[in-house]
Amino acid sequence: MSEVNETSGATAEEPAGGGSGRRAPTVADFTTPQEVRWCPGCGDHAILSTMRGLLPALGVAPENTVIVSGIGCSSRLPYYLDTYGIHSIHGRAPSFATGISINRPDLSVWVVTGDGDALSIGGNHLIHALRRNVNLKILLFNNQIYGLTKGQFSPASKVGTVSPSSPHGSLDYPFNPVALALGAGATFVARTVDSDRRHLTATLTAAAAHQGAALVEIRQGCPTFSAIPRQPRGAAGAPSDTDNPASPDLGPIRLSPGLPIVFGGNEQWGVIRDPSTGELAIGNGGDSRVVVHDPGTPNSTYAYGLARLAETALAEPPIGVYRSVSQPSFDQLYQERLATARPGGRGDLRTLMTGADSWVVAG
Amino acid sequence: MPTEQLSERPDGVRRLENVVIRFAGDSGDGMQLTGDRFGAQAAAIGNDVATLPNYPAEIRAPTGTVAGVSSYQLHIADHDISTPGDQPDVLIAMNPAALKANVTELRPGGVIIVDTDTFTVLGLEKAGYEADPLTDGSLDAYQVHAINLTGFASAAVADHNLKRKDAARTKNMFALGLVSWMFSQPIEDTIEYLRKRFASKPDVQAANIAALRAGVIYGETTEAFANVYEVKPAALPPGTYRHLKGNKAVAYGLVAAAHQAGMPLFLGAYPITPASEILHELAILASNDVRSFQAEDEIAAIGAAIGGSFAGMLGVTVTSGPGMALKAEALGLAVIMELPLVIVNVQRGGPSTGLPTKTEQSDLLQALYGRHGEAPIPVIAVRSPADGFNAAMEAARIALAYRTPVILLSDAYIANGSEPWRVPEVAELPFIGIDLATEANAVDEAGNPVFHPYARDPATLARPLAIPGTPGLTHRIGGLEKADQTGAVSYDPDNHDLMIRTRQAKIDGIDVPPLEVDDPSGAPGSGADVLVIGWGSTWGPIGEACQTVRAAGMKVAQAHLRHISPLPANLASVLSEYHTVLVPEMNLGQLAGHLRRETLIDTVGYNQTRGMPFRSAELASVIIRVIQGITEEDTTGDNAAKVLGDVAARLAASTGAATAGTATSQDATPEAGR
Ligand code: SF4
Repeated sequence: MSEVNETSGATAEEPAGGGSGRRAPTVADFTTPQEVRWCPGCGDHAILSTMRGLLPALGVAPENTVIVSGIGCSSRLPYYLDTYGIHSIHGRAPSFATGISINRPDLSVWVVTGDGDALSIGGNHLIHALRRNVNLKILLFNNQIYGLTKGQFSPASKVGTVSPSSPHGSLDYPFNPVALALGAGATFVARTVDSDRRHLTATLTAAAAHQGAALVEIRQGCPTFSAIPRQPRGAAGAPSDTDNPASPDLGPIRLSPGLPIVFGGNEQWGVIRDPSTGELAIGNGGDSRVVVHDPGTPNSTYAYGLARLAETALAEPPIGVYRSVSQPSFDQLYQERLATARPGGRGDLRTLMTGADSWVVAG
Repeated sequence: MPTEQLSERPDGVRRLENVVIRFAGDSGDGMQLTGDRFGAQAAAIGNDVATLPNYPAEIRAPTGTVAGVSSYQLHIADHDISTPGDQPDVLIAMNPAALKANVTELRPGGVIIVDTDTFTVLGLEKAGYEADPLTDGSLDAYQVHAINLTGFASAAVADHNLKRKDAARTKNMFALGLVSWMFSQPIEDTIEYLRKRFASKPDVQAANIAALRAGVIYGETTEAFANVYEVKPAALPPGTYRHLKGNKAVAYGLVAAAHQAGMPLFLGAYPITPASEILHELAILASNDVRSFQAEDEIAAIGAAIGGSFAGMLGVTVTSGPGMALKAEALGLAVIMELPLVIVNVQRGGPSTGLPTKTEQSDLLQALYGRHGEAPIPVIAVRSPADGFNAAMEAARIALAYRTPVILLSDAYIANGSEPWRVPEVAELPFIGIDLATEANAVDEAGNPVFHPYARDPATLARPLAIPGTPGLTHRIGGLEKADQTGAVSYDPDNHDLMIRTRQAKIDGIDVPPLEVDDPSGAPGSGADVLVIGWGSTWGPIGEACQTVRAAGMKVAQAHLRHISPLPANLASVLSEYHTVLVPEMNLGQLAGHLRRETLIDTVGYNQTRGMPFRSAELASVIIRVIQGITEEDTTGDNAAKVLGDVAARLAASTGAATAGTATSQDATPEAGR
């Protein structure tokens, strides 16, 4: 007896997908009848429901979508979306996804991972997928904790995190996923939060449209093991009387391309650039040095400075698209290489085997 | 000289049945290229050729030292041969270290050609010679030709604008020219090869050709060599032939398999000695729809290959022992996902980095059992360089037909060794394609058609494969236990037990051809008393050893395992027909242990782990001792126990150890496997 049915395909009478001559896919087409098994209140529920709404809107048929995950709470996600999928092994999802994506440019390939999966055991695969610019949409659910194994600190946990494996507080300095991705040469890097569906949808839509590797850090609440603040405040009705730009009450800075980076209920603060050093800092919203956000800046130094700003000057890191630049994807280059290597079609096997150095023994 | 001289032609050319030649020099002296060219020349005139390259693990060990010596041994013959020969008849030593490292293996009375230019005080000192072996009489047992190869080569290329050092580097071509002349080999193919290889460096090209020619002329015009030899073409069956290295044969077998399956080949690989060459070979074959991907590590390499298989490619990964260890977790995933995948392990000396350029068969148990959980994977082995082609095709056939990862074991000896390969016609190759699922194969509770990825073919127990892009068959699979049929995640105890047994039954049911025994004296039970059984690259030495034993008037049977898991169904009944089963292995008895586990039959092991293949003469003497042990056996004694007793006594005597260790010396004493 199976506990749950994880694999029902779409029915033949009612084909799912958006192929030619078929109706546009719906939320139902991407939904498995699977019981969703995350803790009540887990941020993953919100991400799943956003994905169910997003995927039909992208216009890619379910059968042309592949979702590959690693191990962890986040990595359960593929079971709940009616596409092709692999629930793989810990940390290695980018490698399986790479093998799929570069061979099948007709597919939309997503990686679902967490902070432990992507930043710890799978760190190597993550940075190399980003470096190569493989056409993968990598969703990194960052709850700053190992949830599935019952709450140990992760490489994204703040210093001093008390957990079963760090009863006296963790000593490790954490990774900043956005800064790490930028360092690896990622062409699209964004950060969003599980609790703001509009922001999440917009960010994932932008990632899906990017040609090449897109890393989206989704700050995700884990009510069971972690108490990180996750409700974005400050979007509307944020207290304007606070005189502390690092107050958690302000919520994260929201990055919008082409707009100055200002925040606070009255936009009283802004991110300013020191013209002599190029360093970013928090200053007055009205300062003429306030930075206008441009994720297309070719040099990633700006985005990197922005990513690290929160570590010293803000309660929470800014959300939005940090970097989005155009560069041929590995998949594209790989397919071009294959095409140019066999302009007249596939080489003849017998010719290959015979080679230039064979000889004939007469009968 | 070398081997039996068959005849002497009126022009003074002596005919040989076979000869073993070893080129040795510093790792920067180009000995691998020289040997390779000599082998190609011999193959082109129709000789049977088997080769054994041997080089240090460091790319450039200190020059002039014994540690930095690189060599290339060739066995050429006018008949079918299967080993690179036990002992060289001719040694070309480009420096004192090369002489020192190789001369002890030379056949007494053999020919030595040395480059006197390198026999300086410093050169001798670096090699660890206290006195000059060319003058102290230590080489009296050999025919020594001391020639200033470097000097003659440099003089021959004086007109080609090379720096002195570069001019001296053509000495290997001078030596090749000289040895080519000595063995009546035309050098035209090598000239053509040099033209292509150095097309972009006209000076270097011309100098190398000039040095090669000068070597031939030197041989013709000097009186130094009393004899010129000739090895006649071997009587090979008609066809187109090619001189093929083991790694290349495996690469071509994989390409042919993908072709015959109608699927693109996708290789995920991470560089590792001695398997990288398969990556190199496949990387240049994009024109044959071969897709290769150099991954960031061994784990990503197999991960990408599994991803490729999921996406409809023939997924392959190639590695060696340490890489296999890293891939072990992903192998478990491939087992439970039941995807076709070929994993090639080109074994080398281990554990750890071990002897990375030397051969060993010590990853057999890793291949058979080295995984977490009940994770059966078919294991098949390559027996000789050219056999890599057929073995790779067989691995792919099983992988596809049964939707399973398959481990193909090769080793460094096969990888770097070479032999003539009859190029098959494409029409001769088996068709190994499979049908991908295109429609639903079940109905759900509401009567709607659905796809069950773990429904099975009743004959093979293989599951259906539906690749992404196939409408209506979307499904998710992964590492969690699957429910029978539906493939849904299941923690049900009975289902887990069923799935474990089903996966095992699928592998156990793979169609494996019966084990064949080679015994001219009769069928099992009516011929020899002793059966020698091996796997992998010991096939050549065991075969030659058996021929030697038979030529000496004794009976011996030989069998060789292509499939090690699952084993041929008739294995136990064949083994039980023999009084003694001898298992030579380049490990401490891994197959012997597996045979005992699977058949409850005790065997006698003969084991060595010296990084080099067995010598057939050594194996022949082991076989003879085993046969004689049987003959001398008294009616109450058990032979294997007697042999074991002998070994234990000898080891105790030689090492003072109380228990029997392993006979790793060249001493031809069988080690008991029980
Ligand atoms: S442990 Fe945390 S992350 Fe995992 S399902 Fe529960 S709430 Fe979500």
